[in-house]
Amino acid sequence: MPAAEPIVQIKNVVKEFGPLRVLDGVGFDVAPGQVAAIVGRSGSGKSTLLRCIAGLETVQGGSISVCGHDVGRPGSAARAQLRRDVGMVFQSYNLFPHLTVERNITLALTLVKKQSRDEANAKAAEVLAMVGLTDKRTAYPEQLSGGQQQRVAIARSLALQPQVMLFDEVTSALDPELTAEVLAVMEDLARRGMTMITVTHEMGFARRVADLVVFMHKGKVWEIGPTAELFAQPKTAEFSQFVASEL
Amino acid sequence: MIQLNANHFIYLLQAATWTLLLSLIAFVGGSIVGLAVALLRVSRVRALRALASGYIQLIQGTPLLIILFLSYFGLGIMGYKLVPIVAAGLSLTFYAAAFLGEIWRGCIEAVPKTQWEASDCLGLNRFQQYAYVVLPQAVKLAIPPTVGFMVQIVKNTSLASVIGFVELARAGQIVNNSTFEPFVIFIVVAAIYFALCYPLSLAARALERKAHAGR
Repeated sequence: MPAAEPIVQIKNVVKEFGPLRVLDGVGFDVAPGQVAAIVGRSGSGKSTLLRCIAGLETVQGGSISVCGHDVGRPGSAARAQLRRDVGMVFQSYNLFPHLTVERNITLALTLVKKQSRDEANAKAAEVLAMVGLTDKRTAYPEQLSGGQQQRVAIARSLALQPQVMLFDEVTSALDPELTAEVLAVMEDLARRGMTMITVTHEMGFARRVADLVVFMHKGKVWEIGPTAELFAQPKTAEFSQFVASEL
Repeated sequence: MIQLNANHFIYLLQAATWTLLLSLIAFVGGSIVGLAVALLRVSRVRALRALASGYIQLIQGTPLLIILFLSYFGLGIMGYKLVPIVAAGLSLTFYAAAFLGEIWRGCIEAVPKTQWEASDCLGLNRFQQYAYVVLPQAVKLAIPPTVGFMVQIVKNTSLASVIGFVELARAGQIVNNSTFEPFVIFIVVAAIYFALCYPLSLAARALERKAHAGR
């Protein structure tokens, strides 16, 4: 399936927090337009891996390349470029509480992309329509439900027109109903051909939307493959146990 | 001995405006230097953090009275004779800067780390992160303790009387020297200080309530 040149290349990544080796030689590729779901138990290193791809953590070994930019080395010139091409959505939304929904979205457009206020506002209206929150333009984050906040966070990343979107357990803090509305937005994005890497506990979502499933265990890629194949025939005991426990 | 009269009270009120002026100098100067101290204190450069932290500890460990003596008598003997208001203004500025710097450092650090990460991921540089994301949130947290500290500044200006600056406390002494009515005079002096500080205390408390109730 990955016919095109991979847009994300992860090679033999090692990440340590003090004496603790959280990532132990992780590697895989993601092709443009692919949706990769990273799954695994707590402490398997999946969120850390995503943070490394986002350039929020520095790695001790191996390499990560996203859209041709070398990530994982702090202060590199590639980092600024990386920011233009990669969007990140967090578990805890991390909206700016002192700014309206619209300003949350336009802040980086005006500061980083140097767009005019009008241009940025038009873009904000466009992405808010995509996540179905046009009427919340002037609201403050605290006035929104968790699901709405997360959709704004997705819209905020989308506005910068990234080539790759990273999602870090974005529905873990939400109840099932709100989870559904956020997942719907993500499915819509996947259909539009966005390259996505998502760390998730939503196995239903992974089965439905992901092209590639990466099962992480003990800081390693324990099992990896096309979604349908992997779920149909788990190769390792750990993965079949994990799948059984998540049902 | 002179009988206490209305002119004495007018004199005290005039002196109170000097207290106000000195407080204002200390607060404005202290805020400017204090912001720099707070930002150095949270800098990514270790040497700058150490510098700011050393400054804070030095000032916080020294009585304001001694700082006043140093800037007035100390500098004076070295040939830099400052007029009392300048010496007092400088002393209080550096004194307030250390305390405000430490208060504001706490407020900056109280802004969640995730706000830095989110703005970093959006491509904001360090300056933009401070200006648009972190400091606006820190200011909200900083208002109540800052107003509370202003009360301390107003009262501490009375120490400037020891270097001959005629503010409210010194004016009280002067009036007392000619009338010898210490009880009445110092009650009036205390009442004027209270009138200056109480609104600030009230404001600090109201702002604190608002900060807790708000987002």
